[in-house]
Amino acid sequence: MKLLISGNEAVARGAWEAGVKVACAYPGTPSTEILENLSKYPEVNTEWSTNEKVAFEVAYGAAIAGARSVVSMKHVGLNVAADPLFSSAYAGTKGGFVIISCDDPGMHSSQNEQDTRRYAKFAKIPIIEPSDAQEAYDFIKLAFEISEKFETPVLFRMSTRVSHTKGIVEVSERKEVPVKDYVKNPSQFILLPANARERHKVLEEKLLKLKEYSSESILNRIEKGKNSIGIVSSGVAYNYAKEVFKDAWFLKIGMPFPFPEKLFKKFYKKVKKIIVIEENEPFLEEEIKILGYKVEGKKYLPICDELNPDIVRKSIKKRELPHPDPLKTVRRPPQLCPGCPHTGVFYCLSKLKVTVTGDIGCYTLGALPPFNAMDTCICMGASIGNALGFEKARGKDFSKRMVAVIGDSTFLHSGVTGLINIAYNKGTVKTIILDNRTTAMTGHQDHPGTGKTAKGEKTKEINLKELAKACGIEKVYEVNPYDIKETLKTLKSAIESEEAAVIISRAPCALLKESREYFSKKEKKRVLEEKCLGEKCKACIRVGCPAISIRNGKAFISPLLCVGCDLCTQVCPVTAIV
Amino acid sequence: MKEFNIIISGVGGQGIILSSEILALTAMESGFDVKKSEVHGMAQRGGSVVSHVRIAKKVYSPLIEKGKGDILLSFEKAETLRWVHYLKKNSPIIIVNDLELVPPIVSLGLEEYPKNVEETLRKITEKLYFIPAVDLAEKIGNARSFNILLLGVLSTFLPFEEKIWEKVIRENSPTEYSEINVRAFKKGKNLIKS
Repeated sequence: MKLLISGNEAVARGAWEAGVKVACAYPGTPSTEILENLSKYPEVNTEWSTNEKVAFEVAYGAAIAGARSVVSMKHVGLNVAADPLFSSAYAGTKGGFVIISCDDPGMHSSQNEQDTRRYAKFAKIPIIEPSDAQEAYDFIKLAFEISEKFETPVLFRMSTRVSHTKGIVEVSERKEVPVKDYVKNPSQFILLPANARERHKVLEEKLLKLKEYSSESILNRIEKGKNSIGIVSSGVAYNYAKEVFKDAWFLKIGMPFPFPEKLFKKFYKKVKKIIVIEENEPFLEEEIKILGYKVEGKKYLPICDELNPDIVRKSIKKRELPHPDPLKTVRRPPQLCPGCPHTGVFYCLSKLKVTVTGDIGCYTLGALPPFNAMDTCICMGASIGNALGFEKARGKDFSKRMVAVIGDSTFLHSGVTGLINIAYNKGTVKTIILDNRTTAMTGHQDHPGTGKTAKGEKTKEINLKELAKACGIEKVYEVNPYDIKETLKTLKSAIESEEAAVIISRAPCALLKESREYFSKKEKKRVLEEKCLGEKCKACIRVGCPAISIRNGKAFISPLLCVGCDLCTQVCPVTAIV
Repeated sequence: MKEFNIIISGVGGQGIILSSEILALTAMESGFDVKKSEVHGMAQRGGSVVSHVRIAKKVYSPLIEKGKGDILLSFEKAETLRWVHYLKKNSPIIIVNDLELVPPIVSLGLEEYPKNVEETLRKITEKLYFIPAVDLAEKIGNARSFNILLLGVLSTFLPFEEKIWEKVIRENSPTEYSEINVRAFKKGKNLIKS
């Protein structure tokens, strides 16, 4: 059967067909759809874990227990899971265990560009890299076989362009793979130093065998060409290279580590000049150079940003296809949605002119105009730790002019440990938990605070107020962010107090079904033009709502975008909005 | 077999992803290889969104190279300007939804919305079609069907059978809109025929 599906859907389909029993993840663009699709299959036990480390540990536990299992995350999520990753290489596995990491070259929605291939080499486990949806489907099945054959975890590198591109995939049916018998084996799975020393030797032997396998595997192949140029490429970069170099020989790499040395040597004899075309890091280029061969790659191609066929052509062939000149147009920077509950909080924070350590989520957009209300955004959970650092550097009085902001999902991911740390280390940091009842940024996944599982079943719901108190924070406030006056008052008194506090700003994301139903009953706002002060005032524009603009000198509220949330009516000084 | 490289551009929330999905599925069911890829940033709503759809016997790159685009279908005026340099040099086809969506950054006085879009585009190609798609779709019964109406316009430049288009549109529309969407598609198609 032929389907038009994305790389992520293809991975999920392939993993399901390969008999996967357990799948865990923490949502993160571009990886999210893998677990979303796996959770649709009744045969797969899926979960949104609290963070990537936990997801890794649950899936790995399932693999040690004998089942085929998979964990998926975005590239920066692998940093969170790096601790068990390195240990899993030593201990190995019983059931097939695949770790999917989705890189984001070009940083469409990430804080950095990381190349997961480097993690494979660092952690000493094999890595597989598909170049499109069909390969994602084919290769994931092979990944489980390799994992079981060599008793090793296998890394599986996707990237935004592979994860989110849709292509035609020929699919098949699920093959049940029985869970292997569980046999207690402490010398393998208890990494006490004495055992780990032995396991390190086992790992090194495995790597030698995997190196042999890499040259024989269908994952790596030579494609005959018509001229004497040889291209070495992997991932989506291979497809860009095929587009530009139609007559070249190709060494198509689907398993970058261990590098297929023997196959490369065969390839080397066929061509006169070798160019490596790869996205971001010069991983393959370095592997070849280590072998002592002369190759070119990053000499032409950029390390920064996503590749595309234009860059490949322009960098190496030094020319472009003829095209019309680029034209200038208006920018459309990302913004909070109409009716977003974070809007009220950021409006207040920009009024208060406080220092704000921020975090990863929709609310990172509070850093942009018109709010400009954020000073830092480093990684998941960092806002609370960063804030304590500010206090330690600049004193408790500075704390009275600053807050940490963090979303509900991010707080449960890795913010809660920061909060415990504040209470334990006598900090006075004020933390605002922007609780919009979902993981909004990645498209509304549930988490422990929503009371629903990945399969949509009801479950225990974490009470953030009680949790904050249990962490040792005595002052916990709750506010409705749509009430600007109340929010401003609460924030003011909390910020100026001498002790640590948590302010929970609670209102569901405006795009959630329950919010849409609620807002559908509300009247849309309109501007009384005769009252509006227009250009002179712009108070409503400073709310940062995409529905509000200035038209013919007066405020205008788009009836298509307005949801009727009432924020603008509260800030208009002349009651011109009704 | 010819190659078709189509760029669909617009603003988040306008139905770009569904439209490119329908186009790609129609191509697949017509026996072509196809790859489609959306490029967008963090914004859920209101941001600039573009979809590349590549149709050929065998497609490698999911992204269209600058100078290789055959057709630019734009759901918003200013967004058309953003992608013209992806088109081939000689008389590419540009289909524009005659609609202006003004971003807040313009209201804040930080940017200007581009003027004289039609004249600017006219200098690039004669095969320029400005379609008041939202008004036309509203007359048919649903203003939101404007994207399907524009697919109808697009379809006149592609070699796919009408019945495949219609089947894919029906299968990918909410039940209550499937007939309106098919009518919107036909309306768009006939705009170019006549």
